[in-house]
This record gives sequence, structure tokens and C-alpha cells, in this order.
Amino acid sequence: MTVNETLAQASNTMVYGSMTAFTGAMVAFSISLAKGRRLETIETSAQRTSASHQVRMGSTATLDKPSVSTSLSDDGDLGEGRRAGNIGMSLTWLGTLLLGMAILFRGLSAGRVPMGNMYEFSLAAGFAVSLTYCLMSISRDLRWLGVFITVPVLLDLGLALTVLYAESSQLVPALNSYWLAIHVSAAVVCFGAFTIGAALSGLYLVAQSAEDRVAAGKEPGRSAAIAQRIPSADRLDLMSYRIHAFMFPIWTFAVIAGAIWAEAAWGRYWGWDPKETWAFITWVIYAAYLHARATAGWRGKKAAYVAIAGYATILFNYFVVNIWVQGLHSYSGL
Amino acid sequence: MATMRWLWRQLTSMRVALILLFLLALASIPGSIFPQRGTSPLRVNEFLKDNPTTGPILDRLYMFDVFASPWFASIYLLLFISLTGCVLPRALDHYKELRSEPPVAPRNLRRLPVHQQWQSNSDSSQIISETAVAWKKRGWRVRQGDGWLSAEKGYARETGNLLFHLSLLVLLLAVGYGGAVGYRGTVIVREDAGFANNVTQYDTFAPGRIFGADQLPPFSFELQEFEATFQRGGQQNGAPRGFRADLLVKDDPQSEPRPVTVEVNYPLRTSGITVYLVGHGYAPEFTVRDASGKVVWEDASVFLPQDTAFTSSGVVKIPDTVPQLGLQGFFLPTVSEDFSNGPVSKFPAPDDPEVYLSAWQGDLGLDSGMPQSVYRLETENMKRIGIEELAPGETWTLPNSAGTVEFTGYRQWATFVITKDPGKGWALGAAIASIIGLSLSLLIPRRRAWLRVTATDDRGNVIEVAGLSKTEAPGLADEISQLAKLVNAPEEK
Repeated sequence: MTVNETLAQASNTMVYGSMTAFTGAMVAFSISLAKGRRLETIETSAQRTSASHQVRMGSTATLDKPSVSTSLSDDGDLGEGRRAGNIGMSLTWLGTLLLGMAILFRGLSAGRVPMGNMYEFSLAAGFAVSLTYCLMSISRDLRWLGVFITVPVLLDLGLALTVLYAESSQLVPALNSYWLAIHVSAAVVCFGAFTIGAALSGLYLVAQSAEDRVAAGKEPGRSAAIAQRIPSADRLDLMSYRIHAFMFPIWTFAVIAGAIWAEAAWGRYWGWDPKETWAFITWVIYAAYLHARATAGWRGKKAAYVAIAGYATILFNYFVVNIWVQGLHSYSGL
Repeated sequence: MATMRWLWRQLTSMRVALILLFLLALASIPGSIFPQRGTSPLRVNEFLKDNPTTGPILDRLYMFDVFASPWFASIYLLLFISLTGCVLPRALDHYKELRSEPPVAPRNLRRLPVHQQWQSNSDSSQIISETAVAWKKRGWRVRQGDGWLSAEKGYARETGNLLFHLSLLVLLLAVGYGGAVGYRGTVIVREDAGFANNVTQYDTFAPGRIFGADQLPPFSFELQEFEATFQRGGQQNGAPRGFRADLLVKDDPQSEPRPVTVEVNYPLRTSGITVYLVGHGYAPEFTVRDASGKVVWEDASVFLPQDTAFTSSGVVKIPDTVPQLGLQGFFLPTVSEDFSNGPVSKFPAPDDPEVYLSAWQGDLGLDSGMPQSVYRLETENMKRIGIEELAPGETWTLPNSAGTVEFTGYRQWATFVITKDPGKGWALGAAIASIIGLSLSLLIPRRRAWLRVTATDDRGNVIEVAGLSKTEAPGLADEISQLAKLVNAPEEK
């Protein structure tokens, strides 16, 4: 079967279109963030956290945290930034839609699952990030998070087009399996959601530093510029945990699906191929994060650093192992 | 004794488990940086040759066998001991909890994170018993007391947690068991040639520690045809697009042969073993005659591919002439016009095949007792007598009246990996159980709810409903107000 060049070309055009939309969204979200303020000041958050901390120290029998009083609807008051935030949100939806179409056309052009090389995987990963963000924003106001999502998506798409680009073509025989759709799409979904999880963990660290400084009687510091425009540290920590806890079984599934495929393709279900090794490292680090959050002395900032380290291993696996390390997963198309 | 107990407590603590997890991640990293003997022994040898000083030191530190090293094993064994020591007591606790009722309602429900109250004139004991039935229907485990009701839900969370950790243990055992009693071998089979499952027929054979050669099932197959297709044109010109091997398989010596097609991703599975197609190449066919015209060699010789365009190199050893003859050279499936880098192929499919041979005369060294590679000519005691380029059907008359070499054509060959891993099914089962366990333990909320009915002075009742989440799952307030709606006690002002 030959490649339909018209469809492949249309796909490329739509990637550029979606990048334009995401760039607009990034600008709009930046304006919105600059004008926004969170409802609860850093001072109140700091007081509330230290109060709840004392409660927590008192009750050792349960793992529960006192429920966080800020509800979903009042994470922040965007004020004049509301309009810009709405524009950003609409443009993000548009960019996501265009990117989805680009992926669909790319697949149609070659008549196969469009996840056969790093260019296609990067498109899918960008799509997973923006789609997850859009879906999450349906039931809660996440306009404050927009900048921190559109920037990585733009970076990802930019790299895809400049460095990782590969012409639309047929698959090598090893990838010609229905497991490609199962294993790789599970990995892509995880890539997308873990990106958001890492962004939330990073923002949590910013908010927590500001709150810690205020609680210690100091000025909130440089991080305050961002900290006062995003939800409280407690909320960010909880959101990040929920994403990671939800994604961890899916990541486990992605690894196991890979093992089942490897058994059929390479004659063993686990062989410590570099890609497998790093998938394992990612799994272990995220497992450590989930445990750390339930361990006294580790929850809070330390756990957030673990989550970010987990994301760093994913990036390493994707960019370094794919391109520079020899192994069986050498499908980068470079 | 006290020290032992202290050590055990440390080992089974979450803090140490965390450290062990980090160590496990850290210890895996060199396994992805340095070539590993298990997967690429040739690259390990290359590395050792290129780094004569650091190589042996790294080798002594098991850097080329990371995942079989004692230090890697000690980390994961400690982790699993820690896990067992942590999970077993929890399993006992959970078992007890499953068999007992929810705890008594706390005195002051107002202190709980979610709390609702209202006045009602309904009868106290009736409210309690009716609510107990209604909550039970929604999946809550309930306990009735005097004027209160205590309920709990989400026991499957801890069950899932235990299932997950237990399945990790089973997975480790399954991996170990499969590696110990199974084996893995590779074999190169030419078209029209066969393979019988016998240790001596394998090119490489790696048995598990307690594998017995009598465990090889007596199957055999013949490679009837191998077919490879490649991308023609475009950025990925020459990239493989499809491989298929048509086999005639006999499951045991008595059975009727059956045709089977093996492709990448679609192995042959028979009597506990699996046959995978992992590689391919060309085997040029030669007929060699001595000076008198007598055929001294007639066969297809396996040449190994050197690049993605399948420039393949190999040798032919002819011991029955005096002096002995050796041929060394390249098979080019599609010969390139550009010879600036020596004879190379420009496309992997056999569009325009040619061989480039050099002929050697002398002592092949086969009788020296030293093991020899079938892909290399030991030319120490030999003399090169000529070089020639041949297309299929062409004959080369060797100098020195050494005879003739006819390049009659070529056959293809395929590499098969044949494995037996009896732990595979267990590992898969454990993996599936671990996902189920994980999902339960991370997604099911564990919650407690209470109802308290307190009589007031004016012969009415104060109804209180409260809830507590033992996890960080959202939606406690919603669930508690659902439960409050099920309390049949109309509000009175």
C-alpha cells in the first residue's frame, strides 16, 4: 500500500494550524494569569495549613487530611483576566481539535495507526496533554493552568516538526501489530497526564515555598508573583496526587501491554532493553511517589520532587534513550 | 535479639522501603548505559576491546551484567522482604477488620469534615433500623447501636492493595522459575533445509539453571520459503516492510507435517515452546570443481548481513582438495555502481545480485584442533590466488589450475529464536492481578458514615449525619448528602 501524499500534506498543514492556535492560547492565558488573583491569600493558606498540620500531628491513627476548604469554583478570581482566559480556553480547544485531525489524517495517509516514529508519537503526546487538560477543565476552572500546559505542548510540537520530522510511510514489520495501538496509546495517554501532573507538582512547590516563607514570618519571595495567581499549595498537591494515582495503574498497564507484545515479537516478555529499563525506572519512581505521600517526613515538598523526578525519567526515556541509546525500541525514524 | 528486632522493624518500615525503591531505580541505570551480556554480548566484547583499562574494572563491578549482579539482586530481595514484612501483618489486620463490625460512632459528629443535621419528629429506633437497611443496599457495611448507626465502605481498597503487593511477589517467583527451567536458543535455517529440536542443532543455546536436555519436545520443521519485502523509494527507501517464513512443521516424529507461516509478531507455538522469526539473510550457492572437473563442494553458504542494504560477508571452506581451497567474499543483493567504498549493496532485495570473491589456497587449519568460526577464513597458512566478480550462472576458472567456482544462485535463510518459559503464564496472571489490585487500591474510596438520633426536650429528635474519608478521593460531601436523603425522617421546623 502506498502513502497518500495529499492527506499527509493536509496533516502537516493542520499541525501548523494547531500550533498557531496554541500560540494564541498561550498569549491569552499569560494575560489572564497576569491579571488574576487567587481568592485565598498566601497568608491565609499558610495559616490554615499550619493549623491543619497541628490537627494532623494529633491524629496518628488515620491517614486522612482535614478536607481542604477551598472548593473547586473559587480557586481564583481572574478579574479582568477572565475574558483572556476564556479566549485561551477556546483556542486550546481549537488547537486540540486541529491536532487530533492532523493525527487522524496522518494515520489515513498511510492506512495505519499513526504512532510509528517519534514525530507521530510527539504529535500524539501533545494531543494527549491538551486533550487531558481540556477534559479536566470541563468540570473545573483551570484557566490558571493554561500557560503551563500550552508552553510544553508548543515545545513538543516545535521539536516534532523541526528535529523529529519523518515522512509518512509504512511501518517496519516489528511494529505491525495491534499491540501498537494498545501499548503505544496507553503510553501516550500517560505521557499526557503525567505532563500535567508534573506541572501541578512544580506549581505546588512554588506555592508551598511562598506559603512556608509567609508562615515563617518572611516576605513571600520571588515565587509570590506566581504563587498568588494559582490555587493554594494544598489544592495543587491534592490535584497532582489524584492525577498520579489515577495514571499509575494505566502506566502499569502500558508496561505490561509492552511486555505481552515483546513476548510475541522478540521471544521474551522482559529483556532489560534500555527502553524497558527506563519504563521500569519510571514505574519505580512513581511507586515511590505514591508511597512517599503516605509516609511521614516525605509528604509535601519531598514527594513533589519525587513526582517531578518520575517525569524527568519519562523525558529521558523519550528523548535520550530513543535517539542515542541502541536497543530494540529504535523506531525514532531519525 | 533486640538488634534483630530493631533491624526487622527498620527493614519493614515505609522509610526503608522508599530508600530501597530509589536504590532499585538508581541501580537499573547502568544497565541501560553499558551494553549488557544478556542482550548484546558482542557489544560488550567491543566495549572491553575499546576500553582496556576501565573495561575490566567495570566488568568486575558487574556493569555488563547489571540485572544478574549480586548487588542488584540484594536490592530487590531486600525490597521483597520488606514488602512481605509490611504486607503480612496488614493482611492479618485486614482479615480481622473484614470479620468485624464498623467501629462505634464517635460522640461528637460535628467535628467530622462533613456534617449535616436537622430536626424531626419521627421515631428514633425506626429511623435507625430503616436507615440501616437503606445504607446497606448502597453497599455500606452497617452497625446499629442505641441511637446511632455506624457504616463503612471501601474495604476493597485494602484488599486491592494486598492483592497488588502479593502479585508482585508471584511475578518475581514466576520470572525466577521460568528462567530456571526454561531455555532460549537461536538457529539459522536456510530455505529447503530443516531443523530438529536437539541441543546440537542450535547455533546458540542458553538453558536455565535446572534445565534438562530431555525436556526438549521432539518437534522439527523445514523452512520452505522465506520472503522479505522492502520500502521502495522515499525517505525510508530500503526499510523492511514485511517478513514471512513458510514452515512445514512436525509436532513429533510420528505426526503429519502441517504448513505454518511464521511472521514477526506472529510466532509458532507448539508443545510448550515458541518459535520466533528474528532475522534473515542470503546464502549464495556455489559449485566448486577441482582441476579434473570433479565436484568437491556444492551447497549454499550462509553469509551474514553487514549493513541495512544487506551487503553480506561469508566464506566457503573446501577441505577435500590438495592443497585446500577457501573462498571469502561478499554477496550483494543489488550491486551498487559506486565502488569507492569497496563492493557494497544499495538495496536489500535481490534485484541485481552479485558475489565478490577472493580465492585462497593452502591449509585451512581445520585439523589444528582449535575451534573455528564458520564465517571466517583463517588465512595464516594460505595464499590468495585471485579476486573475481560473479553474476548468477557465471563460472570462474581459478588460477594455478586450482579448479572452477560456479555461482549457481542463492537461497535465503532465516534466524529463529526458540524458547521455553513455563513461568510465562504465571507472570501474565500476576501482572493482570497487579493491575486489578492497583486499580482497586488507588481508585476505591474508603469512607465512614454515621447517623445519630438524639432526643430533644420538646419530644422531637435531632438527626445528625456525618462522614469521614480515609483517603483523598473527592466526593465525600456528595456521598454523605446522598446518605442523608435516605434517612426517612422528614424535617420539622
